[in-house]
Amino acid sequence: MSTSTGQDHGAVAGPALESQATIDAEVASIHERYAGRRANHPPRDFAPYRSSALRHPTHELVTLFPEEIERTSPAFGHVDVDPYESDLTIQHTGEPLGERMTVTGRVLDGDGRPVRNQLIEIWQANAGGRYIHKRDQHPAPLDPNFTGVGRALTGDDGSYRFTTVKPGPYPWKNHRNAWRPAHIHFSLFGQAFTQRLVTQMYFPGDPLFALDPIYQSITDPRARERLVAAYDHDETVPEFSMGYRWDIVLTGSTATWMEDEHDDE
Amino acid sequence: MTSDLGQTPSQTVGPFFGYALPFAGGPQLVAPSRADAVVLHGVVLDGDGLPVPDALLELWQADADGALVQRAGSRARELGRFTGFGRSAVDVDGHYEFATVLPGAVAPSTTGWALITVFARGLLHHLFTRAYFLDADAALPADPLLDRVDPARRETLIARADGPGSYRFDIRLQGEGETVFLEYADRA
Repeated sequence: MSTSTGQDHGAVAGPALESQATIDAEVASIHERYAGRRANHPPRDFAPYRSSALRHPTHELVTLFPEEIERTSPAFGHVDVDPYESDLTIQHTGEPLGERMTVTGRVLDGDGRPVRNQLIEIWQANAGGRYIHKRDQHPAPLDPNFTGVGRALTGDDGSYRFTTVKPGPYPWKNHRNAWRPAHIHFSLFGQAFTQRLVTQMYFPGDPLFALDPIYQSITDPRARERLVAAYDHDETVPEFSMGYRWDIVLTGSTATWMEDEHDDE
Repeated sequence: MTSDLGQTPSQTVGPFFGYALPFAGGPQLVAPSRADAVVLHGVVLDGDGLPVPDALLELWQADADGALVQRAGSRARELGRFTGFGRSAVDVDGHYEFATVLPGAVAPSTTGWALITVFARGLLHHLFTRAYFLDADAALPADPLLDRVDPARRETLIARADGPGSYRFDIRLQGEGETVFLEYADRA
């Protein structure tokens, strides 16, 4: 068990990692630079997230109007996704440990129109903060009754619903004592490939928000809040599960050029 | 007019997508044994020129006649039909390989190309690029996009034949030979 002084638990000797305070100061400095500017997406060059350093382009992206290929998207249907795949708690012989929850919402385009019959894929850590992925070295227990992968198609009103357990926060090696806030990864297709989106949904009130350079990579605080689901008591099922609501808005035809211009600076 | 609906921001795909997003047959848009099958392959490299071992690529393209398939089944390979969609995680050496057909040209292009989307740990927002399929010694075609790109960088958009039925398309995220990446204005 870790202590309030943040002693390393079973840490292997390696290069000294930077402190949380160093990361916080870098984040604050970048946020100051972007203050007051609308931006929907994080800049790809965001140094406090160390892995971005060598993986962001340095040339400006070439802006173009999408052609037919880019204005279409692959089609998915019930031949691609079984309805049971939206319930992550029934994939094994027993029930997974953790706080059972549903997450529901709608997928919309920028005009508020529903994105119908499109594929949503999710993946997440278990309640202990451990991914089943073989490269996850966090010494938290795997849950034999939880894989953490779900799929669903949106309905005619753009709605979706998953049943799962709440994922735990987990440590990573961006800096010393770095922890990711609990989150569920979402992958979404729209009606055009230009609307493709991979993102993460967070939970309200997480004390790790301020400390996480991935969440904080979104420089506009209003945009950051859009990644946080709302607790919805109407979606909480008596004697069964907690309910969260999260609507997703993909790139839309009414977004103005000025907004997009700042996206990737 | 500006919509009041704010877009949902992007976040990185992270390192742990490997058990979630790849699917059986994802890199094979057609059976590799098909007479008209071609290989599209390459590596994803970072700013130091080192392979990126945890990237995921998606391919979206027309069929050989230049038609875009709009029929469900894009991840149901057991149906055995071409839908134009493929997905491939790279291996530990950053290498990927799709089996597909040469895409037919879709106007206004006169040369077939595929839309490539790049996701990776460390990449906070995916990247789009295009792979134009050309023979080893073919001159660049006239094309609305290629014509606009700095001539010194155009070749980064070309999947060049490197053998019979095989095309090579490396993706350099940063630095020397950086691939031309695209973003889209919302309405033409």
